[in-house]
Amino acid sequence: MVAAKSPPKTSCYNLAIINSINSMNETNSLIQIKGLRDGLLVSLDDAPWEKQRVALLTQVDEQPAFFQGARLALDVASQILHVNELVDLRDQLSERGISLWAVISESPTTEKTAQLLGLATRISKPRPEEGRKFAVEDLGEETALFLSRTLRSGTRIEFAGHIVIFGDVNPGAEIIAEGNVIVWGRLRGMVHAGAKGNRNAVVCALDLSPTQLRIAEEVSAVLRPREDPKPEIARINKDGKLQSEYWSPG
Amino acid sequence: MPAQVITITSGKGGVGKTTAVANLAVALASDGAKVVCIDGDIGLRNLDVILGLENRIVYDIVDVIEGRCRLKQAMIRDKKLPELYLIPAAQTRDKNAVSPSDMNRLVKDLRNECDFVLIDSPAGIERGFKNAIAPADRVLVVTNPEISAVRDADRVIGILEAEEKGPGALIINRLNPALVKNHDMLSADDVLDLLAVELIGIVPEDENVIIGSNRGAPVAFDPKSRAGQAFRNIAKRLRGEKVPFLDLDHADGFWQRLQRLAGRK
Repeated sequence: MVAAKSPPKTSCYNLAIINSINSMNETNSLIQIKGLRDGLLVSLDDAPWEKQRVALLTQVDEQPAFFQGARLALDVASQILHVNELVDLRDQLSERGISLWAVISESPTTEKTAQLLGLATRISKPRPEEGRKFAVEDLGEETALFLSRTLRSGTRIEFAGHIVIFGDVNPGAEIIAEGNVIVWGRLRGMVHAGAKGNRNAVVCALDLSPTQLRIAEEVSAVLRPREDPKPEIARINKDGKLQSEYWSPG
Repeated sequence: MPAQVITITSGKGGVGKTTAVANLAVALASDGAKVVCIDGDIGLRNLDVILGLENRIVYDIVDVIEGRCRLKQAMIRDKKLPELYLIPAAQTRDKNAVSPSDMNRLVKDLRNECDFVLIDSPAGIERGFKNAIAPADRVLVVTNPEISAVRDADRVIGILEAEEKGPGALIINRLNPALVKNHDMLSADDVLDLLAVELIGIVPEDENVIIGSNRGAPVAFDPKSRAGQAFRNIAKRLRGEKVPFLDLDHADGFWQRLQRLAGRK
């Protein structure tokens, strides 16, 4: 199930005149729409975002009956999208009775934006072949997601590598990493390191008080918030149990 | 000067959003500002009841949006304060009758008409909440000093940040200094420690608030009420005045702590 290849660049040119002539064909050549088990998958290419957005909305407005009430997943290829762009599109779609539930992207920035807005970044259907290979190759030691902000309740960060957070993780936030998790701040939400079964993964934080801590398949319930927090590191010990200890220099 | 558009929201229900809107509106209008309140809780309206204007409703916000009346016709003037108006919610419709762009259009028409537009958001983080924050220049998040309300406030602040509406300013409502002293209630410090946003007011628990709501006369009218004073102070802060936080407890150290909080960004 490989999404159709991006159309040739010449179609971008066609797009500029899309509003003046009735040209379903040009629109179609830019935007691929496929039915999924639970909604529609719309694939965009790397043409300028504004043009693609307009093309998508034009297509929706031309066939309102087809789109009404649809759940829509958007594959934006390598487009770099910021919060306001996705919010605008989501609102415009929702005014047309369409709910945007997932944004799939090769760009980490776009993925982060989508996660911030509570949108899914994966769909159950396998990714196109090349995308998947990319993900596997990138699962090396040095792959990490760095976030410099406070993660508030309701935020879920999932990453196929390590996660480093410079800020607090509040109760109700969730962090899921295939590698290690490092928090330079207070960790009070749910954290899962080694999510794909890596039992060597660790979690460390300046104040390690998560509501729940998981490494690989091991789960530990509440670690009580401490009066006088110290940097701490949690790992699976020799007996196969979760254990945490204070960090000490040297 | 164009109006300041302020949305009051909370995530959790029952923490005092509507009470805060009514009292801030009364306090601002008593100070001579022209204020328009919009009840964004379509289907579950009650700002009209708290302001004591229920029996004057002819047209509501959905009538304006769907073009059945002019904006001015839906603005109900307060009984006591001639500069205070309410645009009531529709009771027989639901949140989907309005979209965020409808709200933007409506508020745009009000901006040159008054000094403050106060929007009362419904509880939750769905359509009604999105409608209420869409036109906001500034968002006030109301919370109570209890864990579930603080957790929801945190979620709402996260959404506000993601939607680039700024982190918002916090009102801690219904603080009971005696319970805090016995460690039976979160202190203002505990709440701020978690949420890490600007504090704009602490409102003490006060039975006059409920009495006022039931009479349709918000407590901000009552010069003797502590909660009324707290709301009047928040109104002053909204106008850019520096007002010290109320001394809610005469015990040593508490005043100093509040002063420290006041200086905190």
